[in-house]
Amino acid sequence: MIANLAWIFLSAAVINNFTLALFLGLCPFMGVSGKVSTAVRMGGANVFVLTITSICVSALNTWVLPRAPYLRLIAFIVVIASLVQIVELAIKKLSPTLFRELGIFLPLITTNCAILGLAVFQTNRGYGFAEGLAFALGAGAGLTLALVLMASIRELTELSDVPAAARGLGLVLIIAASLSLAFMGFAGLLSAG
Amino acid sequence: MRTTTPRQDLMRGVWRENPVLVQALGLCPALAVTNTVANSLAMGLATFFVLLGSSVLISSFRRWVPGEVRISTYILVIATFVSVADMTLAAVVPDIHKALGAFIALIVVNCMILGRQEAFASKNTVARAALDAIGTGTGFLIALTMMGAFREILGAGTFLGVSLFGPGFEPWVIMILPPGGFLTLGVILLLLAAVEQRRVRRRAMKQDPTPLRRAA
Repeated sequence: MIANLAWIFLSAAVINNFTLALFLGLCPFMGVSGKVSTAVRMGGANVFVLTITSICVSALNTWVLPRAPYLRLIAFIVVIASLVQIVELAIKKLSPTLFRELGIFLPLITTNCAILGLAVFQTNRGYGFAEGLAFALGAGAGLTLALVLMASIRELTELSDVPAAARGLGLVLIIAASLSLAFMGFAGLLSAG
Repeated sequence: MRTTTPRQDLMRGVWRENPVLVQALGLCPALAVTNTVANSLAMGLATFFVLLGSSVLISSFRRWVPGEVRISTYILVIATFVSVADMTLAAVVPDIHKALGAFIALIVVNCMILGRQEAFASKNTVARAALDAIGTGTGFLIALTMMGAFREILGAGTFLGVSLFGPGFEPWVIMILPPGGFLTLGVILLLLAAVEQRRVRRRAMKQDPTPLRRAA
């Protein structure tokens, strides 16, 4: 049981990294990867929302969706959107410091495809409650890892002499390509495990 | 408040404001499913359908949607159309539906679609919203097909499954794997940026013959 959960976590975090292998959550990956400190915060907010989403999706899958499978997508998106809003209100009330730290990142997460992606994958693979939780934590860890790596590289490119045409998204994508190439090495874990 | 002609509404999204290549919206599907031309076409057409359907619907009831809940309304309309597209693809082309997997569902969070609703369809007549959706959808389809062709030709040596180079060709497998997606879009964007820069510089030279030292 524990080994299975650890495997799900590891697989979501590095082997099938949400950003670098599955292309989920690219908007924050491109948008807020300018500074390491912001990247860490965005990653934290993501882990948080992913975990809560996973719990809600388990509940939906157990009690609601078996009776109305055609409502799957609509149910997920409504739940995620309202969830993020509730979480935002709760944090604002309970911990104003944390609220200031996360700032505009929380509402942005609603339209992050990683969240809906997690919901869909979790359902397609038939994960239960504990497996879903491990999957969400792994996915969050993977997203944070990719964001922080990207931000550290971009901080370095800020200081170096980059050709004018390459400043901007083009360069970010090429860096992402090399990161993604490096992460493919983790696929070797599959045959080892 | 007509500021653009119908022709401009239609053509704007196709190239000059291409959603993927210029505005960098909807990158997730553009990178994730473009490993073959067939997948890219299916994804492009599904997105086209969802965009057109939701633009027309949202523009037709734009007067009755209260401002506070407009985003949720848009998302619900989009999710409904995506469910339709999802089930249709599953019934008509099961193979492609399987290959695209979760990414059909993820059309819901394609920021390009929500962006067009918020920026255009919610403020304009049905006809103009439809033109805008057709243009933007075509631009998305073009960008996806372009990437799909590039990746499939280099990565597998085929086009739509037809072998192009014969058995002597060693495919660049990396192009159909995830890094190839980032690499392809990165190279296309770099080329476009270089061309654009040259154009700007040439125009500046024309206006002012003294050599211009650009800040960059």
